[in-house]
Amino acid sequence: MSAATPYGEFETAWCPGCGNFSIRKAVVAALTELKLPPHKVVFSSGIGQAAKAPHYIRVNVFNGLHGRSLPAATGIKLANPDLTVFAESGDGCSYGEGGNHFLAAIRRNIDLTYIVHDNLIYGLTKGQASPTTPLGQKTKTQPHGAPSQPFNPLAVAVTMGAGFVARGFAGDIEHLAGLIAAAVSHPGFALIDVLQPCVSFNKVNTYAWYKERCYRLGNDHDPADRRAALEKALEWGEKIPIGILWKSDRPPFGPTPKAPLATAEPNMAVLRDILESYA
Amino acid sequence: MAASSVNIVIGGEAGQGLVTVGEFLARALARAGYALVVTQDYQSRIRGGHNTFAIRVDAKGVLAPTDSIDLLVALSADTLAIHKDRLTPRALVLADAAAGLDGLPGLAIPYKDLCPKPLYENMAALGVLGALLCLDPAWITGLVREKFARKGEDVVAANLAVFAAAMDWTASQQAAFACLAPPTHQGKRLLLHGNEAIALGALAAGINFCSFYPMTPGTSVVQTVIDHADALGVVVEQAEDEIAAVIMALGAAYAGGRALVSTSGGGFALMVEGVSLSGMLETPVVIVVAQRPGPATGLPTRTEQADLDLVLYAGHGEFPRAIFAPGDLSQCFQLAHRAVSTAEQFQSPVFILTDQFLADSFRDTEPFALAELPPVPRPLTAVADVGGYERYAVTPSGVSPRLVPGFAATTVVLDSDEHTPDGHLTEDLGVRVVMQDKRMRKLGGMMQAALPPDLYGEAAGTMLLTCWGSTLGAALEAAQMLRERGEPASVLHFSQVYPLVPDTFVPLLAAARRTVMVEGNFGGQLAKLIRRETGHVFDAHVARYDGLPFTAGFIVDKLLEVAR
Repeated sequence: MSAATPYGEFETAWCPGCGNFSIRKAVVAALTELKLPPHKVVFSSGIGQAAKAPHYIRVNVFNGLHGRSLPAATGIKLANPDLTVFAESGDGCSYGEGGNHFLAAIRRNIDLTYIVHDNLIYGLTKGQASPTTPLGQKTKTQPHGAPSQPFNPLAVAVTMGAGFVARGFAGDIEHLAGLIAAAVSHPGFALIDVLQPCVSFNKVNTYAWYKERCYRLGNDHDPADRRAALEKALEWGEKIPIGILWKSDRPPFGPTPKAPLATAEPNMAVLRDILESYA
Repeated sequence: MAASSVNIVIGGEAGQGLVTVGEFLARALARAGYALVVTQDYQSRIRGGHNTFAIRVDAKGVLAPTDSIDLLVALSADTLAIHKDRLTPRALVLADAAAGLDGLPGLAIPYKDLCPKPLYENMAALGVLGALLCLDPAWITGLVREKFARKGEDVVAANLAVFAAAMDWTASQQAAFACLAPPTHQGKRLLLHGNEAIALGALAAGINFCSFYPMTPGTSVVQTVIDHADALGVVVEQAEDEIAAVIMALGAAYAGGRALVSTSGGGFALMVEGVSLSGMLETPVVIVVAQRPGPATGLPTRTEQADLDLVLYAGHGEFPRAIFAPGDLSQCFQLAHRAVSTAEQFQSPVFILTDQFLADSFRDTEPFALAELPPVPRPLTAVADVGGYERYAVTPSGVSPRLVPGFAATTVVLDSDEHTPDGHLTEDLGVRVVMQDKRMRKLGGMMQAALPPDLYGEAAGTMLLTCWGSTLGAALEAAQMLRERGEPASVLHFSQVYPLVPDTFVPLLAAARRTVMVEGNFGGQLAKLIRRETGHVFDAHVARYDGLPFTAGFIVDKLLEVAR
C-alpha cells in the first residue's frame, strides 16, 4: 500500500502564518513531481526554524549544527552520489555562520539543491538582524538600525558562476515548486533563495510588501546571460524578480566514487603492494 | 645498545637537500637491516634557517633519539657553531672544504672537485657517509638507480659517478671512524614515519573518506592517504576550513563512508563543535591530532604532548569517546586500525593523539601483518523490519543499529537536538534522560574494550617511569640507563589514554617504589587525569616543553635534578 502522501504529515513548531509552511508545500510538490522515493532523498539542515523543515517531511534527515548544512550535505553526496541531496536552512545559518561554506559550495559546484528560507531576520532567537536585513532597519539588538550593508546571495552566486541561481517567494507556492524541481534536475550546485515573511519579527517585509513587488521573470530573461542575471540579482526595491536568474553549464564537482562508499571494501592485495613500496 | 649506536646529524638550511641525503641514507640503512630512528628539526619557513635530519642507527635496535652526535654533516657554516658542543669524543665533522672545519676533527670534503655541479653535493655527502660507516655501497647505488630511473640513464650514471668518487676519496683520507657492526635484522624491513603508519593502518581498516584542511604536522597523514587514494578508491576533499572538514566527514559517515580527518591543535580547536555533533548524532569519525606546542600558533614545526586535555574535554555536553596515543610505528599502524574499528563499533568520535616528533620520525619496522587484522564493524545497508526501523533504538549496550540511508525502503533521521528513538527532535525531558543514558552506556563497552597500559619490566620495588604516546622509546632507554646505574627502573606506557580502567594499572603504581610521570607538557596532563580517576599522586614529574622530543639523557638528568 502506498501512502496518500509518501512524504508524511507532521505537527510543526512554527508560528501560525509562517512562510515555512508554504515552502514545505512547495518542496513536497517538487518531490512528488520528480517521483523521488523518500528513502532516496536526504535533507541536510542547520539550526533555526527553517532548519526544522526536513523534520516535517518524510525523507532522510541530517539535522546538524548552525551554519553547517552544506559541509554535511557535501560529505553525504560524496559518499553516495546515488542520493538526491538537499541542504535547507535560514538566511542567518546560510549566509552568516555558513558564509564560508556557501562560497566553497559554489566553487565546488557540488551537485545538490540549497534552499534558503530568507526572511531577512533571525526568527528563532527572536528578532536580531541577519546578514540580509536591509541597512538601517531597526531591530531589538540593532536599535539604531542594522549597521551593515546586506549580503546579496544571488549577486554573489551569479558573480562566482554558480551552477544554478534562482529566487522564489513563499507566497507563490506553484512557482517555487517549479524552481525546486528545476534545481534538482540541474547537475551542480543550485541555490534557491526564498523570500519569506517572518510574521513575528519582521514587520517591514510582510506578505503584502512582497506581493506588491515580486514579479515572475518572463521568457525574455535568458538565464545563460550572466550580465542580465547580475542585473536581476541587483534588482531590489519597487520591483523584485523571482525565477531562474542564472544557469551555467559548468560540470558538477568530481570525481565522485563510482559506487556508494557504504558497499566498498578495501582492496587488501593493492594495500599489500603499497606497504611493500615502503621497503 | 646505547654505546654501539651511531648518531648522524645532517644540518643545513632549508632547501639545501639535507632531507634528500637523510632519507637516502636512512632507507639504505634500513634495507641493509639496521635499526634506526630519525628525528627532524625544522623551522616554519620554506628556505633558509637551520634544520637538522638526525639518524640514530644501530645494528640491533634503537628506541629513541639521543643528544650526542657522532657524525655531523655540516651543509652550512651555522651547523658547526650550533652543534659542536654535542659532539662525542669519537665524533667526526664532515664539512665543505671551502668553509673549513673550524678546528674540529673531521673531513674537509672537496665538494667542488668531486661534483661537476652543486646539484650533486648530496651524492658526494652520501658517498662519504657510506664509506665511513662501511655500508655496502650496493644499498645506496640500488636506491639511486630506483630514484633517478625516470630521469634517464645519464642522470643515474652521473649521480653514481659522484657517489663512487666520494667513496674513493674518503678511503684515501684514512679517517678513523669505527664501522657499523654488521646488521642483525634478516628479511625485508619497511622504513616509514609515524604519520605514514597511521594512514596505512587507517587504510587497512577501510577508511574511504578523508576531508582535511592543511596544518603541520597533521597534513602528512592525509598526504599519505592521497598518495594511495586512487589505487584504493578513497574520496579525499580539501575543505574550506577545519569546521567543514569534520562536518563533511560526519556527512560522509552518515551516508556510509568510513571517515578520517587529520589536523593539529589549532585546527582541532575549530573542529570541536563537530566532535560534540558526532557524540550526539552517534556517527563515527576518526580524528588524528598531531600535537605541536601551543597556545595559538605556538611552535608550528616542533613537538609537544599538551593537547590531551583539549581532546579529552573537546565538545560541549557529555558523550563517550576513546583516545589512542601510539608510542612507536607498530602502534601507529595497529592503533589507527583499532581507532577506526572502535569508532565504527561504538558510533562515536575516536582520536589518535600523535605529535610532530612521531609524525616526522622515520623508523625501520617489520612489515605489518595485514592478514592478522580483525574485521572492522560496518553499518547496515538492510534491516529486517523496514517499517519499525529506529536509528536511535534504545538497547542494553547503548549501541543502536546504524542503517545507511538510500538502501532499505525506510528513512534514517539524525538530529543534533535531543531526539526520539526515530531521530526526530524532542523537548520531552523524559526522553532526554532515556537517550542520554543510552548514549553513555556505550562508555561501558568502550571500557571493556580499552587497552590496558603496557608494563615493560617489573613494577614492584622499581622506579616506574609512566608515559604515553611518543615518549615510550626515550622512557625505555632511560629505564635501561637507570638500571645500569643500579637503580631498578621500569616503564608503564599508556597507548590508550581514555577511557582509563583503573584496575588495570593502579596495583602497578601502588607496587612501585617510586612513580614518575614523564610527559611532554608543562602541567602533567595525564598525571592529573590519573589522579582524578584513581586518586594516585605521582611522586615526581619529568616535563619537557621546549619543542624538542624526549631523550633518555634528558629524562635521567631531570631525575637527578629532582633527587638532588
